[in-house]
Order: sequence, then structure tokens, then C-alpha cells
Amino acid sequence: MTRSPVRLLARPEVGALVAALAIFAFFLAVAPAFRSTGALFTVLYQASTIGIVAVGVGLLMIGGEFDLSAGVVVTTAGLVNSLFCWWFGVNLWVGALLSLLVCLAIGFLNGWLVMRTGIPSFLITLGTFFVLQGVNLGVTKLVTGSVASANIADIDGFRSLQAVFAGNFGIGGVTVWTTVLFWVLFVAVAAWILHRTRPGNWIYAVGGAPESARAVGVPVVRTKIMLFMSVSFLGWFVGMHTLYRFNTLQAGNGVGNEFIYIIAAVVGGTLLTGGFGNAIGVAFGAFIFGMTNLGIVYAGWDPNWFKAFLGVMLLLAVSVNLYARKWGSR
Amino acid sequence: MGVPVIELAGVGKSYGPISALRDVSLTVDAGSVTCVLGDNGAGKSTLIKIMSGLHPHSEGTLTVDGTARVFGSPREALDLGIATVYQDLAVAPLMEVWRNFFLGSELTGGRFPFAGLRIKEMRRITDAALRDMGIEIDDIDRPIGTLSGGQRQGVAIARAVHFGARVLILDEPTAALGVKQSGAVLKQIAAARDRGLGVVFITHNPHHAYLVGDHFVVLKLGAAVLDARRAEVTLEELTLQMSGGDELQSLSEELSRPS
Ligand SMILES: Nc1ncnc2c1ncn2[C@@H]1O[C@H](COP(=O)(O)OP(=O)(O)O)[C@@H](O)[C@H]1O
Ligand SMILES: [Mg+2]
Repeated sequence: MTRSPVRLLARPEVGALVAALAIFAFFLAVAPAFRSTGALFTVLYQASTIGIVAVGVGLLMIGGEFDLSAGVVVTTAGLVNSLFCWWFGVNLWVGALLSLLVCLAIGFLNGWLVMRTGIPSFLITLGTFFVLQGVNLGVTKLVTGSVASANIADIDGFRSLQAVFAGNFGIGGVTVWTTVLFWVLFVAVAAWILHRTRPGNWIYAVGGAPESARAVGVPVVRTKIMLFMSVSFLGWFVGMHTLYRFNTLQAGNGVGNEFIYIIAAVVGGTLLTGGFGNAIGVAFGAFIFGMTNLGIVYAGWDPNWFKAFLGVMLLLAVSVNLYARKWGSR
Repeated sequence: MGVPVIELAGVGKSYGPISALRDVSLTVDAGSVTCVLGDNGAGKSTLIKIMSGLHPHSEGTLTVDGTARVFGSPREALDLGIATVYQDLAVAPLMEVWRNFFLGSELTGGRFPFAGLRIKEMRRITDAALRDMGIEIDDIDRPIGTLSGGQRQGVAIARAVHFGARVLILDEPTAALGVKQSGAVLKQIAAARDRGLGVVFITHNPHHAYLVGDHFVVLKLGAAVLDARRAEVTLEELTLQMSGGDELQSLSEELSRPS
């Protein structure tokens, strides 16, 4: 019943942790503007806006499925709330609740369709992705006449919702966005669920061996549908944050983020084929995203290089994770 | 012996136009080993999938403790104490041994939504249950996929015994194993039988079957061609049936060379 130290290398988050430290050291060296607590918290904020959804996507991928609609659902969440309340002139809390229901329904539908039809989630959610992308733009244009939602700062409920979803506070001259705290909370809850609860055990099983899981009595369908709903719930949360931070939304936003979430999960050691990964790893993945995104700016380089950097990171992380896992589980 | 735990009468199963199983009858008694033999594609896996709730049968009756049943899911069979160890070894390969051991039957403490897993207890029980069945594993935190085939079978059997199975169904547990590991699995089958479980042992190896079997059913192309108690059949007859029986007889005439 002993653990060998080599086995540690097989843990999903080890590669991402090492990479995060290396990249952190790198930007500390090349970008003087990076060397401040303020910059660190800006990086953390940037990471949190990706990391919150990414942790859900990571869980879903451990459960053996993809969600390509996770990026646009964030925008859908904000738009439902904003457009509904602006058009009908009702309190924003009503719209926020409605938006939550819509998002949960989208997640449920994704999961239900995947389980019902047996079509790979990659294809089902590619469909939802296009539908939502079109609906976001189409409906926004119908309601406001442009591709941006109207400013909702004067509608009832704005202050309190902003305090909940887009709050910040200062500590020692540094601005801390509450999304960072929520991110930490969501990661902690996800980690606890994965390792310390029955549903967590089931998530690994339905991802690694769905037929076997069913054979020993694991509720495979229910588990997977809950995972899709968790992703869209977290998408809703970030959608609320974006709306109440900026008051208005571009209807075309969110496209492309679905891949950033997947990259964060994979860099964090999540196995693309399911059954392996953890929440902390995905958090490191999102942190790496935030660091490179801003590090390039702080270093004074052309930000257009960011995507290239991200691609290289992905390839490196995947190969490092692969070797670490092989070596650790010899 | 009382009422058989499981009794199949005239059971058949079609996959669309393919009839994989026809008119098969079989009983499973507590404390005895029923062997199902047959060549590849004979319908052995189909037969046990019916008993374990993975596919419902399309003809005949399946009774458990005297009550007719048609299983809609493996859970229903499990709840009646029918546990199955599959050919492809129903395990999640990347999960730890102890997590696999308790998969689907995890122990939790506390109240929803704060019901955490009782990890220490599960690890301890797994370790003890494996030792009980004579299975040696150095580290139950290993991903189960890194164990040998024989060890994985052992874990699966110990798991079924621990969770109070009354019937243990094994799909070709020795097919991919060497001599020594096969021997270990056969010992585990005997151990399960001695604890009063009814064992259904699927194999295409008559020698393995004859070492532990009390009752033998030979399937060919979906139908039973032999159904005999141990006293009614010899290893030679079993081997002959398995290797094609009459066909082999005529083949030997066709191939016979002048001496
Ligand atoms: N899911 C399935 N769909 C269609 N045909 C199947 C399916 N499973 C098994 N069969 C067919 O049923 C027959 C019996 O298969 P099986 O029960 O797996 O045999 P065995 O386990 O004895 O090798 C074979 O002809 C096989 O091709
Ligand atoms: Mg088979």
C-alpha cells in the first residue's frame, strides 16, 4: 500500500505545474512590467474568466465528452438576460434567472442528444455551437437593430447583480476581482467532487470505460448529462460576469473560446479520450493561458504572436504529459 | 438441492436478422459450477449478457428464484445478486484498484450534498477482500490497467464475492491467460463455489471446464448440443464435442491416409 515517488509524475497536473513555473520565470525575466503584485492579479483575473468554464469543460472531458458550444453559451447567457430585460423593461434579476434556466436547458439538451442518439458529442455540440452563434447575432439584431446589446446600467437590479458577478476590491493598492475567488471556489468544489464523492468516481468511469461503468451499475446517462449542465452553468456564470462588468455585449463574442477551454484542460493533463485528469491541472492550464496572454503584452511584443505561442504550448504540454504518464505508470 | 437460483428455458436471442441463440435451457444452482462451452461465435457471450441484464432475451423464459424476469438493465440483475465478470474485464483501466473495486457501490458518509467517500475504509476493505481470495497485489493505488490479466480477473471475482453475489458469471476468464494465471483463476472459481455461490463459467477450454465444472452445456451456432452433469460425461467426450464432434469424425475419414 505504498506510493512510489515516480508515480507522482503520472499525476495529471505535474506537467502543467512545471510549465506554469517555467513560463512564469520566463516572463519575470523578459518583461519588467510583469514583476508586480498588480500584474499577478491581472493575470489571475484573465485566467479566471477562462478558468471558470474550463474547469467544467475539464470535468466533461474526463467524463469522455466535448462541448464546442461552451464559448458561445457565455454570450448567449448574457444576451438572454440583457435583451429580455431591456425589451420588456423588467428587473434584471428576472432575466438572470431566466438566463440560468436557458443555459441549463442548453446543457441538458446537449447531453440528452448525445446520449440519446449516440452521435459523438463533438458533432452534437458543433451543431449547438452554430445554432447559438446564429441565434445570438440574429436575435440581437432583431431586438436592438445592431450586433451589440443595449446598455443596461439603468435597469433595476443592476447594482446588486454587478456586486455579485462583477465585484472587485482593493488590497494594498492592488485590485482583486471576485471572479478570481469564485474561480478558486469552483476549482475546489470540482476537485472535491472528483476525488471525494460518488459522482466523481462515476465521472472517471464513464469517461474511461462507459460500458464497464454501466455494467457495474453506474448511471452513465445521468452522469454525462449533469456534466454538460455543469459546463453551461459555469458558462452562465461567466456570461453574467461579462454582462455586468461591461453593461453591453457584442453578440459575436465567445466564438473560439471553446478551444481555449479545451486547451486549458489538455495542458492541465486531461486525457482527450477521457478517464484521466483533475481540476487543479485545468486551473494551471488556465493560469498558463492568462500568463502568456498578458505576458506577451507586458514584454512589449506584438500580441498577434499569442496564438502561435498557445499552439506550441499545447503541443509541448501534450507530449510532456504523455511521457510523464508513461514513465510514472510503468 | 432446492430451487435453482437461475433457470433458463427455451431462451433465444436475435440481433435483428441474426439469430445468435436458440432454445437454450440451463440451470444455475447455489454452490455449483455450470460450464458453458463453445467455439467462437457459438453464442456464449450472448447467453451471459441475457443473464446479466445487458440485453433482454427475445424468446423463452428466465426465472430467478422461481420468478420469471426480463432484465432491463445490469442494475436489475445485480440487485438480485447476479454479478458478471466480462471477457473485456469491466474495469476503468486508469482508475485505482480500490476505486474499481467499489465502482458503482461506493461507500459514503455524511449527508447530501456533503456525502464524501469513505476512502480509508474502502482501501482497507479492498485490501482485505483481495487477500481473502488469495490475490496478491502490492499496491491497491495502482491504476487497475497496469495489473496482469489474472490479477484483474481476481479483483473482479473478489469484488463480486464481497458485494454478496449469489451468482457469479465469468466470460472466458482464462482465455487470455497463461497456465499459471489460469490456475489461479480456477482456484478463485472453486473458492467462490465453496462460499455457496452459483458460478457460470464460460470457456472454450474443456480441460479448464472439467477441472471445476459440475454441469456442462456445449453451444454450437447458438444451440445447445450437449447438456450433461459431471457424472454423465467424460473429459474425452467433452473435448470431442468441443472440437467439432461428428464433424471431426467425418473430417478424420476425409483426411485419412492409407497406413
Ligand atoms: N451486438 C451484436 N449485434 C449483432 N450480432 C451480434 C452481436 N453480438 C454478437 N453477435 C453475433 O452473435 C453470434 C454469437 O456471438 P457471441 O455470443 O459473442 O459468441 P461467443 O461469445 O460464443 O464467441 C455471433 O455470430 C456474433 O457475430
Ligand atoms: Mg465471447
